[in-house]
Amino acid sequence: MKPTNTADPEYFHRVVDCQYACPAHTPVPEYIRLIAQERYTDAYMVNWESNVFPGVLGRTCDRPCEPACRRGRVEEEPVAICRLKRVAADFKDDVKHLIPTAGPRNGKKIALIGGGPASLTVARDLAPLGYELHLYDEHAKAGGFMRSQIPAFRLPDEVLDEEVDYVLNMGIHTTFNTYVDSLQSILDKSYDAVFIGCGAPRGRDLPNLPGRKEADANIHLGIDWLSSVAFEHTKKIGKRVIVLGGGNTAMDCCRTSRRLGGEDVKVIVRSPFEDMKASPWEKEDTIHEGIPILDNHVPKEFVVKKGKLVGMTFEKVEAVYDDEGKRRLVPTGEDLVHVDCDDVLIAIGQENAFPWIEKSTGVRFTSWGTPIINDDETFQSTRKDVFFGGDSAFGPANIITAVAHGHKAAVSIDMYCNGLNPEVNRPDPHHTLVSQKMGIHEWSYDSIPVTDKREAVPLVDLKEALASKTLEVELGFDVETAFVQAERCLNCDAQTVFTESNCIECDACTDICPTACISFVENGDEPDLRTRLMVPAENLEQDLYVSDTLPTGKVMVKDEDVCLHCGLCAERCPTAAWDMQKFFYTMAKATPDLLVEAAE
Amino acid sequence: MSYVKPKFRHPRLPSNRLGFTVADYDGAISTLCAGCGHDSISAAIRTACFESSLPPHRIAKVSGIGCSSKMPTYFLGKSHGFNSVHGRMPSVATGASLANRDLTYVGVSGDGDTASIGMGQFVHLVRRNVNMTYIVANNGCYGLTKGQDSATADLGSVSKYGDVNGFEGIDLASLAILQGASFVARSFSGDKEQLVPLIRAAMAHNGFAFIDVVSPCVTFNNHNGSTKSYEETRAHLDAMPLDFVPMREEIKAQYDEGTSKSVTLHDGSVIHLKKAVSGHETDDRQAALNTIQDANKQNRVLTGLLFLDPNSQNLNTNLELATRPLNELGKDELCPGSKVLKSINEGLR
Repeated sequence: MKPTNTADPEYFHRVVDCQYACPAHTPVPEYIRLIAQERYTDAYMVNWESNVFPGVLGRTCDRPCEPACRRGRVEEEPVAICRLKRVAADFKDDVKHLIPTAGPRNGKKIALIGGGPASLTVARDLAPLGYELHLYDEHAKAGGFMRSQIPAFRLPDEVLDEEVDYVLNMGIHTTFNTYVDSLQSILDKSYDAVFIGCGAPRGRDLPNLPGRKEADANIHLGIDWLSSVAFEHTKKIGKRVIVLGGGNTAMDCCRTSRRLGGEDVKVIVRSPFEDMKASPWEKEDTIHEGIPILDNHVPKEFVVKKGKLVGMTFEKVEAVYDDEGKRRLVPTGEDLVHVDCDDVLIAIGQENAFPWIEKSTGVRFTSWGTPIINDDETFQSTRKDVFFGGDSAFGPANIITAVAHGHKAAVSIDMYCNGLNPEVNRPDPHHTLVSQKMGIHEWSYDSIPVTDKREAVPLVDLKEALASKTLEVELGFDVETAFVQAERCLNCDAQTVFTESNCIECDACTDICPTACISFVENGDEPDLRTRLMVPAENLEQDLYVSDTLPTGKVMVKDEDVCLHCGLCAERCPTAAWDMQKFFYTMAKATPDLLVEAAE
Repeated sequence: MSYVKPKFRHPRLPSNRLGFTVADYDGAISTLCAGCGHDSISAAIRTACFESSLPPHRIAKVSGIGCSSKMPTYFLGKSHGFNSVHGRMPSVATGASLANRDLTYVGVSGDGDTASIGMGQFVHLVRRNVNMTYIVANNGCYGLTKGQDSATADLGSVSKYGDVNGFEGIDLASLAILQGASFVARSFSGDKEQLVPLIRAAMAHNGFAFIDVVSPCVTFNNHNGSTKSYEETRAHLDAMPLDFVPMREEIKAQYDEGTSKSVTLHDGSVIHLKKAVSGHETDDRQAALNTIQDANKQNRVLTGLLFLDPNSQNLNTNLELATRPLNELGKDELCPGSKVLKSINEGLR
């Protein structure tokens, strides 16, 4: 293997698993250390700079960081990252004086359509630069999905209001209770750019089919259900499942059902098999998994008995094509077909989420109804001054993803408004790498990991909780528990940095490493090298850190997989060939860095 | 400074025949200088015991005084240990080995503990062929007292303070061969590929097994002019690699005929010598001495198995002692009664 290029910040970025997994790349170990030091305000601000809604996310985040957490590979449970974020929000002092204010006007005007996390992030990033921001939302308050989809017993209004207001108080012009029904009308107001963060397209329903309302508990909209499965909110489904629809979403639905307990799963589609929208290979894979596809069946009714869905009836049709090749589905006149089921997944297409965007504006859409966007860096649409972000860009995701979109879109908008092409020469992420050596054998962080287990967040009494719609169920960690939970963090941002010119190959690091990460071996290609280490490096998602050739002809190979970042390699190194260096990384933002490296 | 090693280990550490991982053979965290060769020897002993599937509670560690003799604390934390008086480890080891012949004995000593204050005890230990492995962590200086030349410092080696050593160094390996040792090897702390199988072979050997390990002192003897620094040792190393295959394991590696030679130990284990220096024969005491002297003359550090008599008789056998440990002998065996006494007395009349 070639020596690892540690000058590329992406290498050490990948080592900080939690931060790398976070769409907004929140510097997790940094704020967790601050929590352990009882510096809650600093911890909050490190969060706020990255993800804008620490209090909200500390309660509701989908936490992609936690499955990624290295601690979860070293022992059973990852660090309670999400709930520690809430600790920072709960115990912080007043932060108002730390929040930037609107910058001197730069003469540019931006419209934000929708008041959810994506738009608010764009507003947060652009306001200090002097942009005049106009935010439109159909509801009476900003917050979007965070307000409409998350029940108050999980996210109290005060928490959401506080963090939404930090943004709005930067002099954002708001127009609430106003549904924007024409993009052209917005463009006519001569904004310099428009950001659309109005949420995801919704799956199409069968609202008028008999029984739809009564059987609602067992009828799910395909894309919503899939995202719910993806976020592990839904973990099972009935044994008998009907999937309505013939597209790729229907194929995903039926195959997912098979994996969640569905035994008798059928796809039922109106059109003939050949006309189905699903890709041929998707259909093949579905049939291969023992899922029958019944074509030429038009849904007629959800059959409900004793208030519960028991099946559906269908009318058999055949396709008749006229001279122009236009298809009509003509009933065959046979008896209605009854199919028993426990659950129905409706995957018959999507409502157009953007009926208000006129074709004449030049904003174009894919056949799936999502906007055509350059890529997931620029978020620029086919009309150069219109940008998308959040769920409206690529479909339903989550809050932290919307925030990440907002940061990137804000960079693009700032570049665009300054006459630059947002596709080229985008600003690099900010990063620093600083030695943490405090003395001969001393590091600036608690290097030896504690063995304490993860603890669940305490809850309010169940009776009390069920009696209220707004009482927050989770109590949050107290200060003592938060300290112990924070100490579980392995400080993966304290990087093991190797300087081969200093190495005398004494093996001290190999001998001391508790998790056998470091090997000195003959070089080879990666698959070969992975088998020849102290413990074979089987986790292919984790990189090998390889040095240049050493005097004996060997190379140093470190498997990053289960490194404890305990610093013992560096402590036992007689020549400081190993050093523990704190890697601080923040994604590029339009805003000048607000609070970089609070701990230094 | 860290005083404890983290509790966490690699979740996929391989286990040996006993179901132990190498972590079960760990000791306390080392307090020796960072980069000390002795720590590598500790790790090699740990790995050797793990690979040979020795039960930790059936091993006894014995040592004298010095940096080297602190080492037993840093490996095999679940084994027996005796940290004895300076240079007097051989007496303790002899007594222990006679009292309980079933344990595996690992003695760790240094160049001072063996070649200076302990020399008198050492030669008698060799002569008596006590059943143990005796490892000298040889750094050519007194590290614990700030790096004065030791008795094994090479002639002409420059100390950290700039003094040139004017005395001939004692070659412990030659001495051991001359004194009748049945297993003599030399190795280098920075070459675990050789050191680990050597230690395994030494532990399987029936009799006194001596390994002289060049182990650089990073603090006082790792500078230009020192003959026992990492760099100098590597530059002059003439390593004879070997493999150790214990009795129960099948031989996996293939060796070309002519480039390798096998020696079978009394318990059926096999040592594969992969490269012999100019036809070096391990079963010829005189030839071994010559080979070592030739290497010394050419300024080479010859490492590997230097001499082996696989059929040696250890002290217990030689003295025709009880075949079981003393602590397993019951009252009836220790005190056979007046009838037996009478018959002995009769026999002497």
